Amino acid sequence: MIKRFFLACAVAFCFNGMAVADVAPTDTDPVAQKRAMELAAKLRCLVCQNQSIADSEADLALDLRRQVREQIAAGKTDAQIISFMTDRYGDFVLYEPPVKGTTILLWVGPLLLLIAGATTMVFLLRGRNREEAASPPLTQAEQARAEALLEGRKAGNYGSNGKGK
Amino acid sequence: MIPEIGQFALILAALLMMVQGTLPLMGAAKGISAWMVLSRRTAQGAFFFMALAMGCLIYSFIVNDFSVLNVASNSNTKLPLVYRIAASWGSHEGSIMIWVFMLGLWSCAVSIFSKHLPEEMVARVLGVMGLVGTGLLLFLLLTSNPFERIFPVPAEGRDLNPLLQDPGMVLHPPMLYMGYVGFSVAFAFAVSALLGGRLDATWARWSRPWTTLAWCFLTLGILIGSWWAYYELGWGGWWFWDPVENASLMPWLVGTALMHSLAVTEKRGTFKVWTVLLAICTFSLSLLGTFLVRSGVLTSVHAFATDPRRGMFILVLLGLVIGGSLLLFAFRAPKVGTGGTFKIVSRESALLANNLLLTVACGTVLLGTLYPLFLDALKLGKISVGPPYFEAVFVPLMVPTVFLMGVGAVARWKEAALPDLWARLRWALAVTLIVAIALPFILGRTSPMSVALLALGFALALWIITSAATGFLDRIKYVEGSFAAKLARQPRSYWGMFAAHLGVAVFIIGVTVVKGFEAERDVRMTPGDSVSVGGYSFRFEGTTDREGPNYMASRGTFELSKDDKAIRKLYPEKRKYFQFGMPMTEAAIDSGVFGDRYVSMGEPINDGKQSWSIRVYHKPFVTWIWAGCILMTLGGLLALSDRRYRVNMRRDVGLEKA
Repeated sequence: MIKRFFLACAVAFCFNGMAVADVAPTDTDPVAQKRAMELAAKLRCLVCQNQSIADSEADLALDLRRQVREQIAAGKTDAQIISFMTDRYGDFVLYEPPVKGTTILLWVGPLLLLIAGATTMVFLLRGRNREEAASPPLTQAEQARAEALLEGRKAGNYGSNGKGK
Repeated sequence: MIPEIGQFALILAALLMMVQGTLPLMGAAKGISAWMVLSRRTAQGAFFFMALAMGCLIYSFIVNDFSVLNVASNSNTKLPLVYRIAASWGSHEGSIMIWVFMLGLWSCAVSIFSKHLPEEMVARVLGVMGLVGTGLLLFLLLTSNPFERIFPVPAEGRDLNPLLQDPGMVLHPPMLYMGYVGFSVAFAFAVSALLGGRLDATWARWSRPWTTLAWCFLTLGILIGSWWAYYELGWGGWWFWDPVENASLMPWLVGTALMHSLAVTEKRGTFKVWTVLLAICTFSLSLLGTFLVRSGVLTSVHAFATDPRRGMFILVLLGLVIGGSLLLFAFRAPKVGTGGTFKIVSRESALLANNLLLTVACGTVLLGTLYPLFLDALKLGKISVGPPYFEAVFVPLMVPTVFLMGVGAVARWKEAALPDLWARLRWALAVTLIVAIALPFILGRTSPMSVALLALGFALALWIITSAATGFLDRIKYVEGSFAAKLARQPRSYWGMFAAHLGVAVFIIGVTVVKGFEAERDVRMTPGDSVSVGGYSFRFEGTTDREGPNYMASRGTFELSKDDKAIRKLYPEKRKYFQFGMPMTEAAIDSGVFGDRYVSMGEPINDGKQSWSIRVYHKPFVTWIWAGCILMTLGGLLALSDRRYRVNMRRDVGLEKA
């Protein structure tokens, strides 16, 4: 049934839904309705360009919305409904890609970027401060220089802070 | 005749840009001033011919010259005049055309407002812009000629995509492109500084106003796009994390980092290398955005161009611009000095950390946008990366950003003592935490998840406001005179920052309240039915047919009321454009400061009772999202109008003459 629907929709253009399948009745339980809309927002309308089934008015989206409502009414959990959808349509239907081998980089990527960026920055700044610490005027005795180095950045920072010339 | 004039003007513009992109650069390298002085004249000439070509294209659209392929495929005699004009940039060819037109406009502006700059610098900046322009113009002339003729001439054109027949279309692309292309000035300044080996505070001061102005345009462009999507697409969202939206968000994020980094470079002489890199990245991302949208690699609501040849051309151009500038950067950057030092706790550090966070946020958006394309290209499966992913990774990055935004605006340059910062910010922090935690309960929320999300959003917004207030009180403490005099003594650049940061707070409040309190109903309604949402009631009174210039519409009539008191009538429409099969939804919105009431029509239902599927929404505080963006833009403009730039400009001119 759904396969047939899907094909019919794929042939017709996304918005072309003359005969409407079903519309939510006005008297649904608001909690279930809210849950249905939240779930629908996570599912992609496969025949549309880039719309969730919550946003689309395509036949397929209407049908899938009804599916979601019916399954909620039947007491299915969100996870069950989502696996029902992925079994039929693959991961493409999910706007939140599942964590697995091919998507691991997608999920840990932001963290890696942050760590790499922060490390580079700390590394550069420390190198820079060391450079600054090493560059006070040479008129100082070697011992004072060593002390400045041992004391760390504190001594170095007051050494020179010209405007980059 | 007119299209041929346009065609020739385009070719002449390309030739002038080639001169602009070569001789002045060589002149600057060899010290030949006769070659350098060419830059201004060629830039102005190129702009003149670009404007002429643009005028010819618009004229062809206005007079319905269907012998021009571009006009025949994107316009129609029944299309209203304003959309015929907007159709000039609605097509692929037209949008590249307006891109180059904007580039001409910016270089012309640089040539006029650069009297205080050394000749060598002007030659290099305009030269770099000329090179970029040459690339884009060749792309236009060789793969996407906007003036291509067809024979036999069709009697009628196809229509403009109905999604684009909207006032938003008139403003959104020009604003967005002004922003995208505006960053080319910052890019050109950065590349010239690398070429000339003169990277110092003056360089930062010169490129700052240009960057801020481009950022203002981009902010405005994104804002208009978001608002347009909100009322035009008919499902009440304001940001969809669509790849095309991401393409405009990425340069915005890095551009924001650039703007702040430039401020540090100008004031403290530090972050120079980093600033140059950001300038290169911002413009590269603008180009990448153009590539993503124009090459058709993305198939989404916005992408209406598909032709692999064009994709390859832009990809090569992208490689040359990004690769070339990064290569130059790699050679020249190590020679740049480091500048003023600063401690771990200082305003510099806060700004640097935020730069990093904004850049990582941009990288994340890039990753999420391109990942499905790569997986698909490598045949590893098709996935969708949508709002749930972006929200999950973006929000955790923005939380520390906003926190540091408050700290950075208050912390001292060079070295800030933690105890001192704590003493100054503890009240702001206390107020923020108490109000943010209390507010969700006062507003009647009890579920832990909902309270936590609301409290987080409120805390971020309040933190910006309270820390900005703290900074403000600190600033006026030691100023003599009455309160009004104290206010008047603050420079405009300070007010600019103040307004822009408050804009972020207003934006966050809007997002938080909409997310937390929006309500929607998707219902079947028969004339006479009522549905209520968010305390408002919508009564459906039926539909009438209405004929528009190039469409037929079913117009619904709804009476909006609250507590049985009628407020106003709303007239949403479902339109069928003659040239297109797809019906379009025109939502009707009752907009107010504290919320919007939104109704859009779904589909008619064949039950013999003239029923329709209808969506109604209550969107509290949604307008605050856009109001926040407007405040940010105003902040940018205020900072631009700061006395410092004008005075410095005059002083520079004076020096040159002396």
